[in-house]
Amino acid sequence: MTGADLPALSIAELRTLLRQRDVSPREVLEALRSRIAEVEPGIDAYLSIDFDDALKQAERVDVNLPLGGVPIAIKDMISVAGQPCTCASKILRNYRALYDATVVRKLRAAGAIPFGKTNMDEFAMGASTENSSVKETRNPWDISRVPGGSSGGSAAAVAADAAFGALGTDTGGSIRQPAALSGVVGMKPSYGRVSRFGLVAFASSLDQAGPLTKTVRDSALIMNAIAGPDPLDSTCLNDAVPDYAAELGRDLRGIRLGLPKEYMIDGIDPQVKAAVEKAVAHLNSLGAEIIEVSLPHTEYAIASYYMIASAEASANLARFDGVRYGHRAENPLNLFDHYSRTREEGFGPEVKRRIILGTYVLSSGYYEAYYARAQKVRTLIRRDFDQAFAKVDALISPTSPVPAFPFGERSSDPLRMYLADVFTNAANLAGICGISLPCGFARTENGTELPVGLQLLGKALEEARILQIAHAYEQSTDWHKRRPPMRRGNDRPT
Amino acid sequence: MAEPVQIDVAHVAKLARLNLTEAETKLFQAQLGRVLEYAEKLREPDTSQVEAAAHAVPIFNVFRQDEPRGGLSAEEALSNAPRQANGLFIVTKVVE
Repeated sequence: MTGADLPALSIAELRTLLRQRDVSPREVLEALRSRIAEVEPGIDAYLSIDFDDALKQAERVDVNLPLGGVPIAIKDMISVAGQPCTCASKILRNYRALYDATVVRKLRAAGAIPFGKTNMDEFAMGASTENSSVKETRNPWDISRVPGGSSGGSAAAVAADAAFGALGTDTGGSIRQPAALSGVVGMKPSYGRVSRFGLVAFASSLDQAGPLTKTVRDSALIMNAIAGPDPLDSTCLNDAVPDYAAELGRDLRGIRLGLPKEYMIDGIDPQVKAAVEKAVAHLNSLGAEIIEVSLPHTEYAIASYYMIASAEASANLARFDGVRYGHRAENPLNLFDHYSRTREEGFGPEVKRRIILGTYVLSSGYYEAYYARAQKVRTLIRRDFDQAFAKVDALISPTSPVPAFPFGERSSDPLRMYLADVFTNAANLAGICGISLPCGFARTENGTELPVGLQLLGKALEEARILQIAHAYEQSTDWHKRRPPMRRGNDRPT
Repeated sequence: MAEPVQIDVAHVAKLARLNLTEAETKLFQAQLGRVLEYAEKLREPDTSQVEAAAHAVPIFNVFRQDEPRGGLSAEEALSNAPRQANGLFIVTKVVE
């Protein structure tokens, strides 16, 4: 094994070498630094990298810890003390976090080394990472296409072996959808399973942080480190955390998987549909029973989601007022002008759109018609899942109806971009857990292969179960071993 | 279907303390009109007997020990301030 081979390893493989002292944390970082230098010009996954700080951490890290010496990339929405935390927004361009988010503190306690912050849609609002105010991140499988979003930088970095693993956040699919489009594994934990302290808030009743990794086992290893109660987040649940990695390896006999009939909508790409159907047949051949179930309120999920998420966002983003941190407009005429121009100059178009939408649905006269109604529909969606999980252990669907799409294809039509979340955002409304993992490829007209993601949804706090199912599927297929034909150096789209 | 939703973007922008250009106002008017038209779907299911869900997991009365713990120093708290002086945030004048 030479240094150049290290970045392709999974976290579990890397850990074996580190534990046996076959490589040092410093060698791992140096190998990763070279790989990033090679591929980053092609994909632009990172917003900031601090190798000097990472090397200092590497000097004192205990390689016997569960993630000892493993560098982990962090979405730029999650605070890492001393590092920028910009949410890819101009309004936070010069902001540096003063403390670690709980997930970062826990990663460090497990021996992991945060070393860089990844690109994203501004304030996590988007499904393509095109809404970053800084730059576009390109999909390592086809650099003329988006990596998905909003955690697109984390997904692209892992897919291109420019990170061993990464943290993202998922408010309506922002971990699972980019994982699917970039051909990696991404898990959204149940609401309350992972602390939100130190995440920049988008929609507080929906946000969760979670891992993006090359394998299901790696996601389990990161979940082991980050899950669990936190006195600094009152919505974080006290339930005991199982050893997710130790629970892997069981077979699928006796497992009941539900196929929601409402998810077989028009508009699913035929190749995505075919790949998922094949995956379902494969799971069946591994011993899982496949049962058709109904989630009758599925068609209302997107409308409910966008009312609630935008309402919460408009309230959360009120804190960006140009006083204590962030951008501030020059020479304001008065306080109103100070606020209004600071926010005009600092926020990008999609963030402005959602603030307007959220403010509108919360405003007097419209609150009942939109926001209150959306919350009632949310209850109906939650009940749908309760009823389905009385019959099955997990639900199965495509993660995204389409594979990675070209830049610009959806960015001019917000409603069309919102519909990209059709299979993912109900899980956030219901607070249940979900995972996306590679299950095949769609081939474009010119022969490019684009990854397809399979989504498994589990009951609240049953992460262990969907990780087990995902692991059993993954280990009996080869999809996770396929790497993108990563183009090098200055090979940029024309 | 109800008549097209008219959202007064200019008024809402004032409520949100967010300046918009004329072009943005016009664009958002059209785009958000379509989003709200789509949201009319929410009227279809019968929600008369349904309670609103504000949170995915309803938990209440979460307490922790009321013990002092470390916080930010004044210097740290000011380190990201766009304007500061004498250990204070400088704000825009609020009284004439």
